[in-house]
Amino acid sequence: MSERLCPRDEADVVEAVRWAVSNERTLDVAGSGSKASLGRHIQTDATLELKGLSGVTLYEPEELVLSAKAGTPVAEIEALVAASKQMLAFEPMDFGPLLGVAPGGGTLGGLIACNLAGPRRPSAGAARDHALGVRAVSGRAEAFKAGGRVVKNVTGYDLPRGLSGSYGTLAAFTELTIKVLPRPETVETLLVLGLDDAAAAGVMSAAVGSYYDVSGAAHLPAEVAGQIPVVAEAGMGVTALRLEGVKPSIVHRRGKLEAMLRTHGTLSFLDEAASLAFWRAVRDVEPFAFPEGGALDTAPAIWRISVAPMAGPAVGAALREIGARCLYDWAGGLVWVEMPGTEPHSARVRAAVAGAGGGHATLIRASAAARAGEEVFQPLDPITGALIARMKSGFDPGRVLSPGRIYAGV
Amino acid sequence: MSGLVMPAPKADVLARRAQIIADLRAIVPGEGVIDTEAEMRPFESDGVTAYRQLPLVVVLPSTTEQVSKVLAYANANGIPVVPRGAGTSLSGGALPLEDGILLGMGKFNRILDIDFANRTVIAQPGVTNLGITTAVAHEGFYYAPDPSSQIACTIGGNVGENSGGVHCLKYGLTTNNVLGVEMVLITGEIIRLGGKHLDSGGLDLLGLIVGSEGLLGVVTEVTVRILKKPETARAVLLGFPSSEAAGACVAAIIAAGIIPGGMEMMDRMMVHAAEAFLGAGYPLDVEALLIVELDGPEAEVNHLIDRVAEIGDGLGCMTLRASTSEEERVAFWAGRKAAFPAVGRISPDYLCMDGTIPRKALPLVLKRMEEMSEKYGLRCGNVFHAGDGNLHPLICYDANTPGELEKAEAFGADILLLCVEVGGVLTGEHGVGVEKRDLMPSMFNEIDLAHQERLKCAFDPEALLNPGKVFPVLHRCAELGRMHVSGGKLPFPELPRF
Repeated sequence: MSERLCPRDEADVVEAVRWAVSNERTLDVAGSGSKASLGRHIQTDATLELKGLSGVTLYEPEELVLSAKAGTPVAEIEALVAASKQMLAFEPMDFGPLLGVAPGGGTLGGLIACNLAGPRRPSAGAARDHALGVRAVSGRAEAFKAGGRVVKNVTGYDLPRGLSGSYGTLAAFTELTIKVLPRPETVETLLVLGLDDAAAAGVMSAAVGSYYDVSGAAHLPAEVAGQIPVVAEAGMGVTALRLEGVKPSIVHRRGKLEAMLRTHGTLSFLDEAASLAFWRAVRDVEPFAFPEGGALDTAPAIWRISVAPMAGPAVGAALREIGARCLYDWAGGLVWVEMPGTEPHSARVRAAVAGAGGGHATLIRASAAARAGEEVFQPLDPITGALIARMKSGFDPGRVLSPGRIYAGV
Repeated sequence: MSGLVMPAPKADVLARRAQIIADLRAIVPGEGVIDTEAEMRPFESDGVTAYRQLPLVVVLPSTTEQVSKVLAYANANGIPVVPRGAGTSLSGGALPLEDGILLGMGKFNRILDIDFANRTVIAQPGVTNLGITTAVAHEGFYYAPDPSSQIACTIGGNVGENSGGVHCLKYGLTTNNVLGVEMVLITGEIIRLGGKHLDSGGLDLLGLIVGSEGLLGVVTEVTVRILKKPETARAVLLGFPSSEAAGACVAAIIAAGIIPGGMEMMDRMMVHAAEAFLGAGYPLDVEALLIVELDGPEAEVNHLIDRVAEIGDGLGCMTLRASTSEEERVAFWAGRKAAFPAVGRISPDYLCMDGTIPRKALPLVLKRMEEMSEKYGLRCGNVFHAGDGNLHPLICYDANTPGELEKAEAFGADILLLCVEVGGVLTGEHGVGVEKRDLMPSMFNEIDLAHQERLKCAFDPEALLNPGKVFPVLHRCAELGRMHVSGGKLPFPELPRF
């Protein structure tokens, strides 16, 4: 049973890392532990639990900026900015439902460390596009900062961006500064019913490539749509196009899109409340959710695959052949795949991605054994792999911070 | 150049110049290697013409394979390499080194792939920023980042500098619009990062490459995302009796949930300079002028224009004009876009600074800059990307007056230090280069900078790529690699654990 270290401030974090380095112990860098089963399965001597570093330290709505300690709950931040009619525009997904843990549990540090995003990713970016500044402790037991608190900043390397998605392997965040943006006044969703995957990709491409500012484009084959209550009764495939903004604009855009897409399939519509529920379900991949507290070793394997949007259906087709279910977001560029059983079928997934022009497949949900043995993230070419190993050596020469979480040995 | 210290040239490299040139000719045949002083002269500086240096040799490769061989050769022989796009850097990022190869990427000028269905373009790095937009405009698409040098600057240079433009607040900088690169490391090894897909999982090397100022590798191919050009764009011109009032208007627009496509502020001096230069029709009785542009679907733009006008009205604006035609919108921008040449007409020389500040600090910063202007006896006008807090003070001086350049540089440094003091940063979009290199310690302490340098060490341990840029002192990687953690057993008894 590994030990839990619960620092209260940055100095404690420095001390904890110093202890690990001096004693050649490894640390699993964690926030609240809500995404503990994400990434490669690793065993460490102790868990460095950062949730004690909590609290918003700066929020200036008119400057579109917020700073908070790394362990601050995302839910607290989202509630705070919502009160000023703002949001985290990258729409960070909640991995809770997929990973069988309670929803709403993540921290800001975890959100950036895992570079979360949601359906608004194609238009608004991912977490890394909103990370303005960081304070962190590297594996050298040194606290450092990078970036700043302004949105336009090219002073030095963009380490805030580079550390987004590092899963705690280079440094443990202690405080982060992110960009916030105004919330859209309202939202509606135009649905095109009955399309197959390929036709849906064409419709989503046309819509996203139109003048009409589509801020979400998802396609759910019938068997997946049937599990989202607000669209289940359609009884067929659902292709959803989200429109956000001021009411007169939405009315105008919806009219234009309806005219454009009328010949492609039956059109339907979700109002604000239904839209919010629908896009949350897409964001959190609710159709593939696993019961809270269930043993992940028994859950169907889940992949998250990022490819060129028009290549999505080909990836889906290759995997549906073996009984997988797919949910397409990002106009087809993000394919969530639920395998028919616990077997990840990695070789098949990698081949499907390569065959579709390349991209990135991440094994999101699988047994600990599978995640310890399989390549969880997209395998690297040897040159890039060596480069990343050298980066690891620069930031964490003793390999004490979540070693192996992304790549074995790093 | 005034007081700028570059790394001492390596005597052994200078001594081997003839052999190096012959070896490089074997890699890049014909006119791809330039070694005469007259022909190298055009490469001696970039957009910062105060700094000049002839390189050891200019190499203009035309294939990735040649780039790879040139870098591998440089690496094997300890020769510095300075990559260069169009040479429009405003921070001296492409300033040559006496003992260095200047690697010009101008021959990489082809667009390789246009994919409207996936909304991507793959371009070689020497394609101009505007060239990408031009290539996709017939289908109504464009490439969003629009630095003011976009007619000349290249996409490779944009990646190196993480270039911005007037539409950043809504559409992001280069880093938000680049999906992938092919890049050659100093070893000559070629890597590909990203592609037509969005986020890769795990570590984001691509995000570190963008804005690395040519210190990490040489980009030989870039994949960018393109966007549909907004259906409509309209601009509002708002004149205010004080910069405070104009600043309050900017804050109120954002607080109302409106993110304009562009939001620019000009101070009194710049308004007058622009008006005298081309008669843009700007009001001359205002202390600050705002140009707010809304873009998007027509119904939305019209709705938001009215709201912006209401906000301006409520905050005591003296002039309020909304464009009613495309010609009028372009006319509103003409004066702002001509700001630099307009200053060029009222002053023989000027320095353009590039700090970013939290917007609320604007009145304080403007007041302090006025005091500095008096102290140094130099005029200073201001254009300001008001939406994102990016300030471009233009310091007027005369290079023919002895000591005036040094005075202007000291004034500029004071402005940037002030930006840092109020919570901002040294550079918003022009890069650190050589110009702001020695100011880095005002923003970052030694530990901060050492962590950035360790990234450099992972890519370029011998510091051969663009040395003398970005970092005030580049430490040896071996020295940075050592770890000094002492203490053996550190029980930290007061740390809560269970």
